Amino acid sequence: MSIIKYIELSAVSVAGFLAAIFVNLFFKQVAEIEINTYPINSSVSLTADQAYRFVLLGLILIYIAAAVYSYRNEERRKKFLSRVPFRFVIGLTVALWDILGTKLLLLPQPFFPGPSRIIESFLMEGDYIFQNTLYSLRLFTVGFTLGVAFGVGTGILIGWFPKVYYWIYPVLKITGVIPAVAWMPFALTLLPTPFWAAVFLIVICAWFPVAFLTAQGIASTPKIHFEVAGTLGAKTPYLVLHVAIPHAMPQIFTGISSANGFAFTTLVMSEMLGQPGGLGYYINASKVWSAYYKVFAAIIVMAVLFSAIMKVIGAIQNRVLRWQRGLVK
Amino acid sequence: MSREILFEIKDVNRTYVDTNDSTVEALKNINLSIKKGEFISIIGPSGCGKTTLLRLLAGLDVQESGTILLEGEEIKGPHPARGYVFQQSSLFPWLTVEKNIASGLKARGVYKQNKEEVSQYIKLIGLNGFEKTYPHQISGGMAQRVAIARALINHPVALLMDEPMGALDAFTRADLQDKLLELWKENDTTMILVTHDVDEALYLSDRVVIMSPRPGKISEVLNVTLPKPRQRSSTDFTAMRNSILEKLHLASEIQQPEYTI
Ligand SMILES: Nc1ncnc2c1ncn2[C@@H]1O[C@H](COP(=O)(O)OP(=O)(O)OP(=O)(O)O)[C@@H](O)[C@H]1O
Ligand SMILES: [Mg+2]
Repeated sequence: MSIIKYIELSAVSVAGFLAAIFVNLFFKQVAEIEINTYPINSSVSLTADQAYRFVLLGLILIYIAAAVYSYRNEERRKKFLSRVPFRFVIGLTVALWDILGTKLLLLPQPFFPGPSRIIESFLMEGDYIFQNTLYSLRLFTVGFTLGVAFGVGTGILIGWFPKVYYWIYPVLKITGVIPAVAWMPFALTLLPTPFWAAVFLIVICAWFPVAFLTAQGIASTPKIHFEVAGTLGAKTPYLVLHVAIPHAMPQIFTGISSANGFAFTTLVMSEMLGQPGGLGYYINASKVWSAYYKVFAAIIVMAVLFSAIMKVIGAIQNRVLRWQRGLVK
Repeated sequence: MSREILFEIKDVNRTYVDTNDSTVEALKNINLSIKKGEFISIIGPSGCGKTTLLRLLAGLDVQESGTILLEGEEIKGPHPARGYVFQQSSLFPWLTVEKNIASGLKARGVYKQNKEEVSQYIKLIGLNGFEKTYPHQISGGMAQRVAIARALINHPVALLMDEPMGALDAFTRADLQDKLLELWKENDTTMILVTHDVDEALYLSDRVVIMSPRPGKISEVLNVTLPKPRQRSSTDFTAMRNSILEKLHLASEIQQPEYTI
């Protein structure tokens, strides 16, 4: 493909967002809404509309950078180009949303605020949102890491020792289907702080799929791998650590991926049900004041945060499982 | 040349019970002694118990009755001194070529002292440049060579190979056969090779064991006295090949009645 064509398509990629900026600048503000100015520092202050346009501009710059970065690599270039129509339509949708939600105020309020109104929450209390995000992140990291560690640990024991399988596996199967938040009352009374109560719930919900799939992966190791290791002189520790566990790795990661989804749900639910902070808490607190634009702001942060976490886990998975067919470039 | 006996197989039987309760006599009344440093080939039609016999020698399976002695003692489980190359592909898919070979050392916990050997064996099997590739990226023949190197790196007293060259083209096959001979001469390893290829058996071995199926038993043991290195086109060689082929033909014909009923 020629470079001209590539530039053209990259331009289409950002054209939607550019249109959204122009709509925000030049479409007449028909509805009467309050326009607040927020000081960023001593010399600069912004209105919600200005901040919104900055965000759009930021997106445009990111996509231009991505276009330049992707150009050199055939595969990345294809991937970048495949999303062109999608990004274009997203840009137009945001523009339309701006018209309906802010300019004309045709969407039912306060449930569906315009995009700039959502951005406004970050101007109003960005620090506070940030603190709550950190709280969620901390809760998630502690709970998820512990849950995965316990899950892999018990999964290995269950998969390796028939006795453990006999006694623990049925318990795992029954407790595993109970949504973790059902344990909330116990967690809150038995654990010293709400933080640790929520950690407990996340550990439980992450533990189940990881333990389940780890056990399956270990137990399904083909006999020939053990026989090979045996003829090479391997003893039990080697068989567990260097045969069964590597064989179970793909399944362990399948477990981790689904645990990830459960953990997000449990995180937000437990934050909504009794945490002194976190994005779930922030949503609840904002809802009480009918500040739905803040709810949307928190949802956007969650979307970004959770996809980032999933990206990280995916990257680790690709690295660990690079021996699998089709993963190696 | 009278040498010490390594394996002494006496009246060995091995019967398998199928899922539908029918029994298969995989081995019946097997008697064979294998001398130290001998190169022996086992040949016979599919299902005659070659793999079963080899697994018993490796300690991967136990006979129903009869005894197998290794230097006078009963075999208790597998041991790195008896290297084994499996019929099907057996590399650890999660390890690179290099690490698969090293796993022979690592499994015994002697990797640190013998690290350099890994690259020697890679060179030996001619896989330089493929150190960092994973098993699914190499051909079946390359994978078998890696499996051989992995077993050899433990300096086994006996190397048990179950059709290691089945997946090789004629050219690589001849090459690897010469490598095996070389190794055999250098290290005095006892070689036990299961093969379908009469030429290969004749080219390499001191003795050829011919087996026949249903029940699996040894129908004949042939001494191959032709001097090494052998010429595949020599008259003695071809004469011997023809006689073995004839015997194999007879061996597989024994099962004929079962088919025609
Ligand atoms: N684990 C097992 N369970 C049941 N039957 C078996 C088992 N292993 C082998 N057999 C049977 O024992 C017989 C001998 O099998 P074996 O694998 O030793 O044959 P082989 O000579 O190695 O054949 P091939 O040349 O096809 O590899 C066959 O009839 C086979 O069906
Ligand atoms: Mg076989």
